Amino acid sequence: MLIRILLAVAMTIVLLCIDVSGVLRLALYLVVYLIIGYDILRKALLGIFRGRVFDENFLMAVATIGAFALAIYERSGDYLEAIAVMLFYQVGEFFQSYAVGKSRRDIAALMDIRPDYANIERDGEIVKVDPDDVAVGETIVIQPGERVPIDGVVLSGESSLNTSALTGESMPREVGQGDEVVSGSINMSGVLRVRTTKGFGDSTVSKILELVEDSASRKSKSENFIAKFARVYTPAVCYGALALALLPPLYLILFAGAPVSFATFETWVYRSLVFLVISCPCALVVSIPLSFFAGIGGASRAGVLVKGANILETLSKVKTVVFDKTGTLTKGVFEVNAYHGDHDQDISAHKAQLLEYAALAESASSHPIAMSLQRAYGRPVDRSRVSDLREISGKGITALIDGKRVAAGNEKLMGDLGLTPCHCHTAGTIVHLAIDGRYAGHIVLGDVVKPTSAQAIADLHAAGVMRTVMLTGDTRQVAEQTAARLGIDTVYSELLPAGKVAQIERIIAEAKSGDKVAFAGDGINDAPVLSRADIGIAMGAMGSDAAIVAADVVLMDDDPLKIGKAIRISRKCLRIVWENIFMAIGIKGICLVLGIFGIVNMWLAIFADVGVMILAVLNAIRAMHIAPQPPT
Amino acid sequence: MSKTFKVEIDCANCANLVEAAARKVAGVKDLSISFMTQKMKVAFEDGADEDAVMADVRKAGRRIEPDFEIL
Repeated sequence: MLIRILLAVAMTIVLLCIDVSGVLRLALYLVVYLIIGYDILRKALLGIFRGRVFDENFLMAVATIGAFALAIYERSGDYLEAIAVMLFYQVGEFFQSYAVGKSRRDIAALMDIRPDYANIERDGEIVKVDPDDVAVGETIVIQPGERVPIDGVVLSGESSLNTSALTGESMPREVGQGDEVVSGSINMSGVLRVRTTKGFGDSTVSKILELVEDSASRKSKSENFIAKFARVYTPAVCYGALALALLPPLYLILFAGAPVSFATFETWVYRSLVFLVISCPCALVVSIPLSFFAGIGGASRAGVLVKGANILETLSKVKTVVFDKTGTLTKGVFEVNAYHGDHDQDISAHKAQLLEYAALAESASSHPIAMSLQRAYGRPVDRSRVSDLREISGKGITALIDGKRVAAGNEKLMGDLGLTPCHCHTAGTIVHLAIDGRYAGHIVLGDVVKPTSAQAIADLHAAGVMRTVMLTGDTRQVAEQTAARLGIDTVYSELLPAGKVAQIERIIAEAKSGDKVAFAGDGINDAPVLSRADIGIAMGAMGSDAAIVAADVVLMDDDPLKIGKAIRISRKCLRIVWENIFMAIGIKGICLVLGIFGIVNMWLAIFADVGVMILAVLNAIRAMHIAPQPPT
Repeated sequence: MSKTFKVEIDCANCANLVEAAARKVAGVKDLSISFMTQKMKVAFEDGADEDAVMADVRKAGRRIEPDFEIL
């Protein structure tokens, strides 16, 4: 194509320099015309034979042949215009396919996490095989610098893994024996021997690739709108051009007494040809899928998998974000938040003892609270100090520790012992302790809020989300305290799983029409809520297939900051899409009107067409890049 | 049953037009063409002869865009 363009340009320049006239001149120009435009003419002809008259090829063919005919009729010998139009059109097409192809490859490269091979260990030897041929339970070896081909568990070796292609997170992850490795991440330092736990087709990397590739086939409303628009628009312009060529001269002949000659038609025929040149819908039609593709590509680079252009579109209209508390805004593990003693005792000296007794009393239990207490205690528990351990269901534990009678449990247990526990103002799960029949104090445990949660909520508000809501099964006091700390607008607490679905439905009903509601959860036990919300966002999906299936947007790690990021990506992408729609339709509309009045000639027309297309493509590519932080 | 094919299509509008035409082919339940990934996803009707359907899809596509190719 490039050769044809250059050849045509060179020949045109030569023709402009040498002075030939008459039939020879026409013949020479026709040769150039055919060199540059034969494929367009062919497609236009094929189109006509197949009953599909109105497409870009037809527009260009008619416009240029028309320009030739006019030049022949006028005996002006000015064939340059027809050649120029065809030449610019082809240059435009060439640029378009280059730019689109290039950005397509760039975006595809962003998502290129497919491993090419796996080093499999068979009978003590290492063989390089296709990842597809590795069975579950086989041993693979991953050298430094190689991509983990299949999900598995480390048998031996230690290394750090770069998961940035999956999560957008640049902090390497340290792995050692017994740790899970996720396919698609890159082994950075040491050799790892890994036992595969999944086949290649079920591995994370395959799931992600499948999802991203499928995403392109889920078209957005704006894409469908433009496709429909183009189907109506091109024929409309053709009829418009025909009308422009015929109606004004007919009017002049019938009512203004103009002579019935071709001269009357001449200007109008020319104007209608200009009309045809301007009218190509290419800029619109190519830039919209390109914008979405770039947006989805950019998002997946940031560790946000969006399941389709339609989802990206809906995501941009999200005005309410609903969160699940545990596992989404909080880590889902308990930590000791406070120690409160009995009235006037000195807490700092007392609290170590309080924790020690609590940890010892709970030493036989595997309840999350007990585990958290033991973790907070931080030393191995000497079980020989504990005897006569009794668990009182729903209340707590009593035990004999170092000869002292210790009771650890809730207010009911204290009540049973005839003690009045001091009421606590701090929200959380509370373990009261009594030693030798005397109330000793209590320990407050709370679910740990993720370090980025508050920032994430602030980000969402900055990104234009009107309302943030938290749903939780936790007690009201805990929920309200967490929400206040994070800046969440509304809290619904003490909800059962079914209650969460009902609540989401109520929130959707409350939202203004057109405003969408997103729900972010960990994807483990909230699948019904994920699918009920307009947009379901699953977090920490690395390695969890269930979440990937249930959600519309999948965050590869569990950082709530990514929610705001996903919304910002979608807003930017949609803004670019609308910019392109308005710019393309606007500029073309203006040129069409100017063309009717003969202000725009064919040269300007072709520049308008190609120029708009180039601008639209360049604008579309911007969707790929996202600012790391919201603009302040 | 749906399958993904690699296709060759060199203009975005043609991709839309081919998609619209190929959807009407008998035996095709749903079909979408992505110009960006150059992929065509075809869902077949139950019991359709996939090879025959694909031959028809190719034919329908070529009526619209002579350069359309299923790889």
